[in-house]
Amino acid sequence: MTRSGGRIPSQPLFVERQTYRLRRFQDAVRALPVLALLMWCVPLLWGVPGAVITASSVLIYVFLSWFLLSAFCGVLLWVLARAEARIAAEGPSGARAADPDRPAP
Amino acid sequence: MITTNALAAISLAYVLLLFAVAFVAERAARQGRGRWLRAPIIYTLSLSIYCTAWTFYGAVGSAVRGGFEYLTIYLGPSLILIGWWWGLRKLVRIGREQRITSIADLISSRYGKSTLLGVGVTLLAVLGTTPYIALQLQSVTLSVEVFASPGVDPGDRNPLSTAFWVAAGLAVFTVIFGTRNLDANERHHGVVMAIAVEAVVKLAALIAVGAFVVWGVMGGVGAALDRIDASELGHWDVPGGRWAGLMLLSAAAFLCLPRMFQVLVVENDSDAQLRMAAWAFPIYMALMSLFIVPIAVAGLALLPEGSNPDLFVLTVPLSLGQDGLAVLSFLGGFSSATSMVIVAAIAVSTMVSNHIVMPIWLQLQQGTAMVSGDVRYVVLLSRRLSIAGVLLLGYVYYALSGGGAALSAIGLVSFAGVAQLLPAMLAGVFWRGASRIGAIAGIGTGSAVWLYTLFLPSFGPDVVIAQAVFDHGPFGIGWLRPQALFGITGLDPLMHAVLWSLALNTVAFFAASLVSFPSPLERLQGAQFVNTDPSPAGPRGWTGNAAQAEDLMVMTQRILGPREAQALFLREAQRQGVAGLLPDPTPDFVERLERELAGSVGAATAHAMVGQIVGGSRVSVADLMAVADETAQMMETSARLEAQSQELSRTARQLREANAKLTRLSVQKDAFLSQISHELRTPMTSIRAFSEILRDSDGIDPADTVKYASIIHDEAIRLTRLLDDLLDLSVLENGQVNLNLREGRLSDVLDRAEAAAAAAADADRPALTIHRRRSDEDIALVTDIDRLAQVFINLIANARKYCEADAPALHISVSETAGRVVVDFIDNGNGVALEAQDVIFEKFSRVGDQKAGGAGLGLAISRQIMTRLGGDIRYLPGQSGAAFRVSLAKAMPIAAQ
Repeated sequence: MTRSGGRIPSQPLFVERQTYRLRRFQDAVRALPVLALLMWCVPLLWGVPGAVITASSVLIYVFLSWFLLSAFCGVLLWVLARAEARIAAEGPSGARAADPDRPAP
Repeated sequence: MITTNALAAISLAYVLLLFAVAFVAERAARQGRGRWLRAPIIYTLSLSIYCTAWTFYGAVGSAVRGGFEYLTIYLGPSLILIGWWWGLRKLVRIGREQRITSIADLISSRYGKSTLLGVGVTLLAVLGTTPYIALQLQSVTLSVEVFASPGVDPGDRNPLSTAFWVAAGLAVFTVIFGTRNLDANERHHGVVMAIAVEAVVKLAALIAVGAFVVWGVMGGVGAALDRIDASELGHWDVPGGRWAGLMLLSAAAFLCLPRMFQVLVVENDSDAQLRMAAWAFPIYMALMSLFIVPIAVAGLALLPEGSNPDLFVLTVPLSLGQDGLAVLSFLGGFSSATSMVIVAAIAVSTMVSNHIVMPIWLQLQQGTAMVSGDVRYVVLLSRRLSIAGVLLLGYVYYALSGGGAALSAIGLVSFAGVAQLLPAMLAGVFWRGASRIGAIAGIGTGSAVWLYTLFLPSFGPDVVIAQAVFDHGPFGIGWLRPQALFGITGLDPLMHAVLWSLALNTVAFFAASLVSFPSPLERLQGAQFVNTDPSPAGPRGWTGNAAQAEDLMVMTQRILGPREAQALFLREAQRQGVAGLLPDPTPDFVERLERELAGSVGAATAHAMVGQIVGGSRVSVADLMAVADETAQMMETSARLEAQSQELSRTARQLREANAKLTRLSVQKDAFLSQISHELRTPMTSIRAFSEILRDSDGIDPADTVKYASIIHDEAIRLTRLLDDLLDLSVLENGQVNLNLREGRLSDVLDRAEAAAAAAADADRPALTIHRRRSDEDIALVTDIDRLAQVFINLIANARKYCEADAPALHISVSETAGRVVVDFIDNGNGVALEAQDVIFEKFSRVGDQKAGGAGLGLAISRQIMTRLGGDIRYLPGQSGAAFRVSLAKAMPIAAQ
């Protein structure tokens, strides 16, 4: 069996707009910790000799990023939950689009 | 000033409040009114046991000593929660599906329900948790002393008694609310609710103190920031390695600490809870750490030199006369300590009970476990004793270590210890190749390195490890110094230990996993864990009969309690459509039952217990795998046999064909013999008859004499021609022929053949029309021209003889490819029948009736000639009539002779 031959039945090539959006939200949820990691590794740059970073700027940076990332995570999950609920409520057509085993109409 | 007694009264009232909360929650849950207990916010708040007294009080101390380093302890877990989609989601799902009771259960289950791993992880957890509990007792004791100490000689009091009563009280609370349900999957609603309340209290306390410091003491946010910048904490000075390393360490510990695993995975019952925690808990932790630096700066400014910075959260409000705030702060610290101890005790006691006590007990009761004794009572008792034991250990540790400064470092030491479980846990969830041997090697190596480089040295020089070993290594081996392994000096001891232990752990884990081969059960468990989609096919293998259903029922009652057990069996019986209480012990049901029991006593124990009952007719997974292996072998053998039989039938078919051909040849030979006798006999008869007439008859007139003599002559010629043909063929076949190579043109050869054939034609047959394209035939040849002409003559004569068309026609077409000449002779007759095509070139072969009286040697001779000339002649099927293709080399090499 060829590679493509094995993949075609399990992965529809194109999906409905809503399912497409849902998947992009999921991508965003996946990407968020990477962003958080990058932002919280910024302090590693402050260690270079000669750089003087004041405590107030440290506090403002760390806590601002902390609250913003958490809040963004919350908003994203809320949006994601709504998108999932909408697709679930769509009934058969939505379910079909969400079902990866069957191609979207 | 608050007196110690007042403080004790307040604490007692607070504890009673917690009891009440837990009691109400338990009752609501039992009466089925507990939906709100599963609210995501409760789950989120329960995660706050991550913030223990060590972080509540110690964060300020840590900020004073290490600057902004304290933030990493909160940032690591925030990262894990924001990244819940990657790891936690799967972990929690596995926990729910497999009814995991603890981190030891998870690892033991994943690696083939291994008892050894369960014991190992449990021991590591006890080792890591005991000092931690001691630390909580110490912080409560210290905070009590803060209220008591002014003006009183500390020598008068006994801090140990405070610690003891705190430990005893916690043990009672934990036993009451932590062992109410045996099934770990029926959540500890009371405990979780109490913890949620405590989470609110400690957050409120810290924020209240912080807000008081920022707005009440420093005069607003701007002024506070200015004062922070001006203080000794005024600038960033955290080494990058420690920043990243501690963040990683705390993230690992967040997943692996037994108490965190308990609230994160075991107490979880829906994804919705995790979704809220993913964003709300990072905010909770940000709030918990928001005011740490202002409190530290205020403490440094307000309090005398040498004050313990670990207690600034208490001493700052006290020194400013804010007694109420100080009491709130005390309650916050008390909450942090108690909630941690309660959950840690539940988690560790579950492990100790399921992985150490129960296996030993089962071993002792071998064979009789199911028919005597109440298992449920044993499990509960062992769990209660374990709780008491864990708390007692913590107290003893505290008493022995004397509550010195060494304890304050124990938080991170403990983190590093449990982080050793991370590789085995994560790989177990994401990598099918992770094996039991690998997990044992990894956890064993990591723990050993951790013990040697961090845990034992943490007691200080000359306590467990001698100063000489620190300086020169054991037995003077320099590269084995505990804090400079492999001669790498200058690293921070904590980072040194974390680096080496985790690195060696991971390497050992992967290496051992790669070279080992997991047992069948392990592979099935691995597949289930890694592919979490709830698949109906479990590690099945139980079969049973009706008699065993009753035994199972008896055992289940003893573990789950009669009511739950009967309800469970009734549900199953209804599902199966069986009348009465006893369902058939189908493999499916036994499998589910085992999982239910695993929720109470752990996977390994449940497996062993069900095995004891169903054991007789139990088909082990190993057996199944062996059967599968055998089946595979048989399939392979049968495939091979099939191939062989196909080959045999092919050979047989070929043999049959050869036989048919031989038979045909034999028939031909017989036919030929009769033909040749006839052919020889007919002229012989004429010759004999006419020679007798000539001999015996007198007075024959001369004309008749001439006529008879000519007949005799003609018949003799006919005989000679026949014998010539036979001789010619035999010479050709034996390879004794001499070729007379010379140059010639193909058109000339064809002309000659056509003329010769026309001369020999019968007058009574219709004339054959020959179509040629002379332009194609102008080809120079170097070959035996005479022999080639003989072949062509034979073919044209055959066409003349055998073509049945009314107007027989022969097309001779010539083509030339790559040094070879191809000459096709195609007539418009009926052609040669399919079954005759492969014998017409044989000797003595003649097709159909012998109306055209040859000896059947022409084509055989032609083929022999063409072979000698380096070409060939073959029948060309699918043409309009009989068709022969002659192909030969244009220039025959001399050497071919």
